Amino acid sequence: MSDTERARRRDVILSAAKDRSAAATDPPESVSRSADPSVAALPQDDSRAVIHLDEVRRAFRVGGETVEALRGVSLRVARGEWAAVVGPSGCGKSTLLNLVGAVDQPTAGRVLVDGADVGAMRDREATAFRLRRVGFVFQRFYLLPVLTARENVELPMAEAGVGRAERGERARELLAYVGLGGRERHRPAQLSGGEQQRVAIARALANRPALLLADEPTGELDARTGREVIALLERLNADGTTLVIVTHDETLAAAGRRVIHMRDGRVERDEAVR
Amino acid sequence: MRLTLAAAALLGRRARTLLAVLGVAVSAALLLDMVMLATGMRESFRELLLARGYQLRLAPKGTLPFDSEATVDSASAVLAALARDPRVSAVSPVLGTQLFVVGEAGPRATAFGLGVRPAVQGDYERLDGDDVGPGRLVANTDFLRVAGARVGDSVEVAAGFDPQVRAYSGRRRYLVAGTARFFYTAAGQPVAALPLADAQAMRGDDGRDRVSAFMARVADTAQTEAVRRDIERRVPRVSAISTATALAQVEQRLSYFRQLAFILGSVSLAVGFLLVSTLVTVSVNERAGEFAVLRAVGVSRPHVVQQVVLEGLALSAAGALAGLALGLVTARYLNAVLGDFPGLPAGFEFFVFRPGAAWRALGLLAASGVVAGVYPAWRAASLPVARTLREEAVG
Repeated sequence: MSDTERARRRDVILSAAKDRSAAATDPPESVSRSADPSVAALPQDDSRAVIHLDEVRRAFRVGGETVEALRGVSLRVARGEWAAVVGPSGCGKSTLLNLVGAVDQPTAGRVLVDGADVGAMRDREATAFRLRRVGFVFQRFYLLPVLTARENVELPMAEAGVGRAERGERARELLAYVGLGGRERHRPAQLSGGEQQRVAIARALANRPALLLADEPTGELDARTGREVIALLERLNADGTTLVIVTHDETLAAAGRRVIHMRDGRVERDEAVR
Repeated sequence: MRLTLAAAALLGRRARTLLAVLGVAVSAALLLDMVMLATGMRESFRELLLARGYQLRLAPKGTLPFDSEATVDSASAVLAALARDPRVSAVSPVLGTQLFVVGEAGPRATAFGLGVRPAVQGDYERLDGDDVGPGRLVANTDFLRVAGARVGDSVEVAAGFDPQVRAYSGRRRYLVAGTARFFYTAAGQPVAALPLADAQAMRGDDGRDRVSAFMARVADTAQTEAVRRDIERRVPRVSAISTATALAQVEQRLSYFRQLAFILGSVSLAVGFLLVSTLVTVSVNERAGEFAVLRAVGVSRPHVVQQVVLEGLALSAAGALAGLALGLVTARYLNAVLGDFPGLPAGFEFFVFRPGAAWRALGLLAASGVVAGVYPAWRAASLPVARTLREEAVG
C-alpha cells in the first residue's frame, strides 16, 4: 500500500470525527462554569459545547453512609477540545467521567452530551449512546484477553451491526493508525502495556465517536510508553476528536489545552494551559 | 462475535470446560440409560412378540405359551379351524420337546427341541445354511457347542433317555443344515429346530397330533381382538392372548422399573442443570470485569445474556453428545450383563435405543442448560458497570 493510499484511508477513518469538528477549527475557548463562584471562567457559547453539566451531584451509599462524590459540578467542554481533569484520589474525577460516558447516572443535575440528556437515559438508550457516541479508554486497558487485538477492536462494531468484512477492514486500519499494523492477531497477553493501551484506543474509536473519554490512560505505563500514548492522543485531537482525560500524569495534563482541577467533588479551578 | 466470545471463554478455560462437559456427559448418560430402560423392556418384548408378525398366541386353556408342559391335542383340527377364518393369514404350530444328543455312554448333552413347520415358523431367525427339512435341523451355536458339531455335520438326537436301562427313545439322525437365533429361548440354552412331524413322532403317544402352542397372524391388525375372541369361542380348550394384552401385562409388571427409571432420570436431569448453572455462575463471577467492559463499550444487556446462555448451551450440548456415546456404551455393557438373567429370552434387552426418545431426553438436557444459564446471564447483564470496573480487572 502506498503512502498516498494510507493517507487517504486515514482520512476515511477519521472523516466522521473531522465532520463533527468542522465547527471547531478555531482553538476552543476555555468554557467552564463551576458551582464555586470563585471559578472565573464561564461558558459563553453553549452551541459549541459537546459536554454540558449543570449542578451535577452524585452520591453513593457506602456501608450505610452517604458519600457525595460530586457536589454540584457545572461545566462545558467544546467540540474538538482536549480537557484534562486532575485532582487528588477520591475527588470525583472518575465519577465525572462515568457520568459523561453514561455508565453511571447523576443523583441530581443534568448531564448533556452531544445534545443528549445522559442522566435521563434508560439502560437501552445509555447502551446505544456508549456504543455510538463515546469511546472509553481505561487505565487498565480492559481488553478482552480471549480475543485478538483485531477482534477487540471489532467488538463495538459487531455490536453496532457493522458487517464482518467492513469491520475487519476498519479494525485493520485503526490498528495501523495507532501503530499496531503488524500485531492484529496478537492477544493482549502478547502485547506490551503501551501496545494494549493503543489497542484500547483503537477500540474506543471503532464506531467513530464524537467524544473520547480516558481514565488515567497512562497510569499503568512507564514514562516512555506513556509519551507514545500521549503523542497518539495529540494526533487524535488534532484530527478532530474531543478528548476528556482524567489523569494524575502532569505531562498528559499539560499536553491538553485546558485543565480542570477538582477537589472534594467540586471543580476547584478551570484553566487554559496553552 | 457472541459465538466467538462464548467459544473463547470456554476454550480459554480448557480444563474446567472439559470437566464440566464430562460431568454433564455422565448426567446425560444416566438420563439416556434411564429413558432406554423405561421404554426398553417393553419395546424389546414387543419386538420379540412381533418378530415374525404373529399377533396371537394360543396355548392350552389357562396357560401361557410354554408356561407349562401342557399341550393342545387334536392340533390338526384346531389348525383347520383357524385356517378356515379368512381374517387369519398364517398359523404356526410348534411343539417343544427335550432333546438328548446321543452318545455312547449316555447323552452327550441335553437341549431343547422345537418342532416347527419351516414355511410358517415364528420362533427363530436363520443365520446361515439351509432351513429345517426332512432329515435336517437348524441349531443355535450353544447347541453346536454342546453337541461338538458344525454345520454340515450329522448329529443323532433322541426325545427321551431312560437312565435305568440306558436306552434312548425317539432316536433320529439329522444333518445340521444351518444355524439360527431363537427368539424365545433363554440365553445360553442349546436349542435345535426340527420338522414338527418328527418332533411329534419322537415323543410317541405324548406327541401324537399335539402342539405346545400356535401363533396366528391376522391380516388386518385392527381385527386382532375380534379374531382372538372368536378363537376362544370356537376352540374352548385354548387360551388366546394378543400381543397388546401381553404387552399390557408386561407393562404392569414393569411399572416399578419405569418409576425407578423416571426418578433416576429426573435426578440426573437436575444434576446436569445444577452442574451447568453452578459452573456458568462461577465463570460469570470470575469474569465480572469482562462483562462490565462489554457493557461499557456498548454491548447491550440482551447480547450479554445471549453470550452467557450460549456458554451454558454449549456445555450442555457437548455434554449431551458425549453422554450419548457414554450412555450407549453403558447400556450395551449392562445388556450383556443382564442378558444372562435366568429365564429371559436370548433376544430380550433391558436397554433399547430409540432415536426419538433419546433425542428428546438429550434435548431436554440441552434445554435445561439454557435455563441453567439464565440466572448467571442475568447477573452478568445486571452488573453495575462503573462500580464493577472500579473493582475488577480484566486480563
